[in-house]
Amino acid sequence: MPRTASPQSETAAKKRPIRVVLAKIGLDGHDRGIQVVARALRDAGMEVIYTGLWQTPEAVVRAAEDEDADVLGISILSGAHMKQIPMLINRLRERGLEHVTVIVGGIIPEADIPKLQALGVAKVFTPGSPLKEISEFLEATVRR
Amino acid sequence: MATDTKRTAAEAWRQALENSPTRDACFTTISGKPVEPLYVPEEPSETYEEKIGYPGQYPYTRGIYANMYRGRLWTMRQFAGYGTTAQANERLKLLLAKGQTGLSCAFDLPTLMGVDSDHPSAVGEVGRLGAAVDTINDFDRYFEGIDLGGVSVSLTINAPAAILLAFLVVTARRQGVDACRLRGTLQNDILKEFHAQNEYVFPPVPSVRLVTDTIEYCTREMPLFHPVSISGYHIREAGATAAEELAFTLADGFHYVEQSIERGLDIDQFAPRLSFFFNSHIDFFEELAKFRAGRRIWARHMRNRYGAKKEKSWMLRFHVQTSGVSLQAQQPEVNVVRVAYQALAAVLGGCQSLHTNSRDETLCLPTEEAVTIALRTQQVLAHETGVVNSADPLGGSYQVEAQTDAMEAEVEQILQEIDSQGGMIAAIENGYFRRRIAESAYRFQREVDAGRRKIVGVNAFTEDESQPIPTMEVDSSVEEEQKKALAAIKASRDNTSVAEALDNIRRAADEGENVMPALIRGAEVQATVGEMMDALADVLGRYQPTS
Repeated sequence: MPRTASPQSETAAKKRPIRVVLAKIGLDGHDRGIQVVARALRDAGMEVIYTGLWQTPEAVVRAAEDEDADVLGISILSGAHMKQIPMLINRLRERGLEHVTVIVGGIIPEADIPKLQALGVAKVFTPGSPLKEISEFLEATVRR
Repeated sequence: MATDTKRTAAEAWRQALENSPTRDACFTTISGKPVEPLYVPEEPSETYEEKIGYPGQYPYTRGIYANMYRGRLWTMRQFAGYGTTAQANERLKLLLAKGQTGLSCAFDLPTLMGVDSDHPSAVGEVGRLGAAVDTINDFDRYFEGIDLGGVSVSLTINAPAAILLAFLVVTARRQGVDACRLRGTLQNDILKEFHAQNEYVFPPVPSVRLVTDTIEYCTREMPLFHPVSISGYHIREAGATAAEELAFTLADGFHYVEQSIERGLDIDQFAPRLSFFFNSHIDFFEELAKFRAGRRIWARHMRNRYGAKKEKSWMLRFHVQTSGVSLQAQQPEVNVVRVAYQALAAVLGGCQSLHTNSRDETLCLPTEEAVTIALRTQQVLAHETGVVNSADPLGGSYQVEAQTDAMEAEVEQILQEIDSQGGMIAAIENGYFRRRIAESAYRFQREVDAGRRKIVGVNAFTEDESQPIPTMEVDSSVEEEQKKALAAIKASRDNTSVAEALDNIRRAADEGENVMPALIRGAEVQATVGEMMDALADVLGRYQPTS
């Protein structure tokens, strides 16, 4: 999908819905949070593709590329985030997808949040984050 | 006539009470006033007898034992274990030393999913959420210095449950303990994995066949062991309502009963060994109603629909864990209070064993300090509050009875809905359970976000800076250590025997034989969990959900 077609369609292009790829990486099957988030982002007018459980960083990056995603949302509740997220960010860079906004949700200890942000994660949403906070953050952050 | 039955029921209860053992404890108030073991209406009506009755009597609304906690307290069983099994062994010994009365073992995600520590998908997960088990050597080390003949052991494992049961049998044998003496519980409830927790491997039908194999094996060889813990916990955590949790769980239980009967087992042989595992969430009275209604519904179906004759087959025995999702990352100290209320509901609801969550579980695996507070919460309930002195102390409350009846009616309606879709397997395949759970989870989150449901520290009474509490980190060297140990075993074991054992597992699975003996042989020759799962999957297939 072309990002901008012609000057006339610029407003239309700006208004195109934010495209979000959501995924669970690793072996953990806790998908309550990501399913609720998927639904809330859809209700907020975004296009959401949930790739399901047990994804590898490679598969998730491929999905983000194929779907022309603005946002990649990863849910991890197993504690494996400090291994999996760096792998994911590296793959994104290798594919030239630095413009994709990466958000992470799940059980993430406070001490790990700045580390993830230093890697390039835009924001970490821990349990209890209001759904609106997530959609508003994306509306404010994603450049279309 | 009615008066006669009334007298009979009350007298039968009194008789049972007299025949029951009593703990050595003080059953008076803190001011020294007497407390009765049970309070009943002055003139019990017929409705009272039928619906509420006496503890230890059908339909068990008031509990499964005549004297409930005066005879024996619930088992305080904290779920534990991470890292290598040698590290997990230390945590188990610590909990025993602090007065815990049963063991509950956690396994890491690779083990839960039936892959070995050296599998590509295991990266970052080895030993993280539980102990890593690849071969029988790991299992031996898990229980080193712990007498398997003297303590009951609960294994939280599902898709590879039959394999870990084989490990337990072999480890016990090496300790000189015969399988027939083993006490404990295998979680082994694959149906809730399809509904909620997502740790399935094989498709639903062959998955249930493996559960039936373990029920059959335990019925014959391990009469003191609970081969399946039919679990609502994870269904609730995924977002189900209380009634959905209870209904889905009971439906799962009925499905295992039907499959076991079809296998040719006598219901009164296996049903007394079925046990349940429920959530205790934050709505106190709704939880109480759930536990009481659950006992009544299970008893009625087991007796009337499946024709079980033994009283033990009618009794719903259950473990409870307090609700993980109800705990909050904000102001985590407050979680101690939530857990205490939830534990109180479980005890007033008549549970047989209990795990109280630690305050830090929204942040990490529990620290030793947090686990100790959680265990102490149970000990305060048991020994200080006096709530254990009489059975079902809230029974007869207008609200409790009305909510119990309403819970029962809603559960019966959901059970009919499952039947009307063609039963358990059809309802799994058409996504019924997952749809309902997702719907309920979303509704709840919307209520919280809109501020109609207040959660302390989240959308009410928030603080800008919450006090950090100490958290635990799993040593990441575990993964390398475990992989090295596995490589060493693969190099030193007799690989011809392993190949033969794996062939034999495939053959048993293919010919519809009970796979337990073949898995026990595999355990003995040091076949890995992943190898045996792959052998089973060669025959049973792997499940790919449609949605």
